Amino acid sequence: MTVTSVPLLSRLWLSWVTSFRILFDGRFASKVRMLQDGESEEPVALPVEPAQAPREVTPSASTDTALQLLALLQREGRFVDFVQQELAAFSDSDIGAAARVVHEGCRRAIRSHARVVSVRNEAEGASLTLERASEDVKLVGNLAGSAPFRGVLRHRGWRIEELRLPTVVGAHDPTLVAPAELELA
Amino acid sequence: MSAKFVVGIDLGTTHSALAMAELSSTDAPVRVLEIEQLVSAGAVAKCALLPSFLYFAHQSESALVLPWDGQRRFAVGEFARSRGAEAPQRVIASAKSWLSYGGIDRRAGNLPLGAPEDIEKISPVEASFRFLDHLNEAFRAARLADGEGGGDLSEQEVVLTVPASFDAGARDLTVEAALAAGFEQLTLLEEPQAALYAWIEQNGEAWRSHLRAGDRVLVVDIGGGTTDFSLIDAVEQDGSLGLQRVAVGDHILLGGDNMDLALAHVVGQELAEQGKELDRFQLSALAHACRSAKEKLLSDSSLEQVAVVLPSRGSQLLGGTIRGELRRDQVERYLLEGFFPAVAVNELPKTRPRAGLTQVGLPYATDAAITKHLAAFLARHAFADPSASATDARPPTAILFNGGVLKAEILRTRVIETLNGWLEQRGSARARVLPGEDLDLAVARGAAYYGLVRHGRGLRIRGGTARAYYVGIESPMPALPGLEPPVFALCVAPFGMEEGTVADLPPQELFVVVGEPVTFRFFGSSTRRSDPAGRVLERWRPGELEELPQIELVLPPAGRAAGDVVAVQLQASVTAIGTLKLEAIAQAPITADERWQIELSVRLAPSGSA
Repeated sequence: MTVTSVPLLSRLWLSWVTSFRILFDGRFASKVRMLQDGESEEPVALPVEPAQAPREVTPSASTDTALQLLALLQREGRFVDFVQQELAAFSDSDIGAAARVVHEGCRRAIRSHARVVSVRNEAEGASLTLERASEDVKLVGNLAGSAPFRGVLRHRGWRIEELRLPTVVGAHDPTLVAPAELELA
Repeated sequence: MSAKFVVGIDLGTTHSALAMAELSSTDAPVRVLEIEQLVSAGAVAKCALLPSFLYFAHQSESALVLPWDGQRRFAVGEFARSRGAEAPQRVIASAKSWLSYGGIDRRAGNLPLGAPEDIEKISPVEASFRFLDHLNEAFRAARLADGEGGGDLSEQEVVLTVPASFDAGARDLTVEAALAAGFEQLTLLEEPQAALYAWIEQNGEAWRSHLRAGDRVLVVDIGGGTTDFSLIDAVEQDGSLGLQRVAVGDHILLGGDNMDLALAHVVGQELAEQGKELDRFQLSALAHACRSAKEKLLSDSSLEQVAVVLPSRGSQLLGGTIRGELRRDQVERYLLEGFFPAVAVNELPKTRPRAGLTQVGLPYATDAAITKHLAAFLARHAFADPSASATDARPPTAILFNGGVLKAEILRTRVIETLNGWLEQRGSARARVLPGEDLDLAVARGAAYYGLVRHGRGLRIRGGTARAYYVGIESPMPALPGLEPPVFALCVAPFGMEEGTVADLPPQELFVVVGEPVTFRFFGSSTRRSDPAGRVLERWRPGELEELPQIELVLPPAGRAAGDVVAVQLQASVTAIGTLKLEAIAQAPITADERWQIELSVRLAPSGSA
């Protein structure tokens, strides 16, 4: 199958959007998993590790919660402003200045509402032996044979251990991730 | 009803916090309650700190809904703070500083200053009540969420902290706000003492090996808006170690917010020189950005500068964003040398006489050098020469830090090095640092722990009232044109009165007219520690007595004819809550135990001072 590469910025956006969909949409998540496991392969009956701590996410509120997160990232880190603007005309120093706003704010928002931990604690580049396959670690490269799998850790992975978004109160339009502002003189 | 919890509340100038412990178990831990609050329009979250800001909704805004109130037209906490930056005339900040400021009538609706006409202004007392009421609502909601059923703070034992430098009047007003919130089982505790209790709680029994009899602990507490100093002695008490608070400093309106503003000013000026003009919103954003840049520079000595970026206000983030930077040399010059200069022990803070016409405003400290204020405090209470009136002047041997500003190690180091320089110069041993943790939450935690101490768990700091109190009495003399009759000061409450005690005064000749309010001038002294109740001072050193807001007595005409003159005697007592109570007792009572309470701090402070 031929796959065209997606530009970095779009991928950034895609990773954001899909990560929430994966969290909240079980069917979408299973499709992504199939993609990860290698599209055409039958799901292999591998011993899967028991689920980690129960996630504090209510799937019913999926889109509202995703919108709320976008509103949070916009408010704290101007995230929507940033991805909505075309970068082409700006110098790296302009982009750098804006990136600081986005990075600092989004980081603050994520850190105060979610606990992000790495999946593996070994240093990236270290050799690693995996006793059995698991969802936690995606195998890439010369994918053949059976466990144990020996390889080099390329990405340590991230897991959201806890997500505590503010409770929505009152009748607010959740699609309004940033209201327009009118300054009265 | 007997309380299930003891609750410690830190009602701060910029942030409030609540900690609690169960009373039924003997080793219940003290834990911090996360306070549910509006954090942005339509979103509620639990945070350890409740910003002490109150925002009044405009008619264009929908209700500021809380889980327990769908109609609310005001908000307390994080949303109030951030919204206040966008609409500053609709927000009350620093209500606590107004509570201790005698320059306004603190029971009258005067906040927010300069509010638009649609806002019904409220008093500093009511603003404090709203913060406490919010804590009460959050406590109740948390109990319900835990499936523990009802029960609010009126049913719990509440320890509420006040700055050690709060005078009797400001304490009274704090209690008034707490009683309005329904806190019936209430005790006051001084914040530096709470910080020391938190340190004791954190160290467990090991604290006794860190402090020995003869130690004198200097507590330096620098919060967002105020700076407070106290001295607490470790003493031998019936064969074991006891603690005694021996001195407190003046109320200094100077804190972390001033530091952030100073740095914002520096960076703002640099930006202006580059032709980048900032509007009011960007200046407010600049102070926030400088705070986080300052924290980075102070916590990482390898950084030489940190970018300070002000996002554009429009939706186009790129291009409109202004980039400046805060450099290490600026932080050192303006923060370290501006607020914490390494001064000599005899460099006292500058006081600038106020201009004849001033706007109504808080009496901010005119000298930003905290180390100079510390030198002045120690000069009075620890380094005094033998001729001074303060007794038992002895240098501190240990230091405990409190308050968010002092999370920065470089600032703690500067304070301790400056102090130790003074100590060495005087031939005294260097003071050691008592390591504290969690400088934002220590006061609330310590207050809850103190609640346990009152039930016999652990050791109590003794101290009593931090000031001696005097009533001004005009001496009888013939009127001379242009000369005010001299005022004598009658000591009504000696220094160090403990809760639940009464100071008996020798008979005085005081006459009050029934039905007519009588006001007295009122003074406090934190240095005259040996005046007994009843002593009359005809003169005192400059600065020894501080004039407080006037006090007032009204004899109701019940049982007497209006215009009658009644001979009374004054009596001071300290209530179980920890407030000072002044009463006038009839010398020839017509009913049993005829007495009237004297209102503390009802009037504006007189312009002149003693």
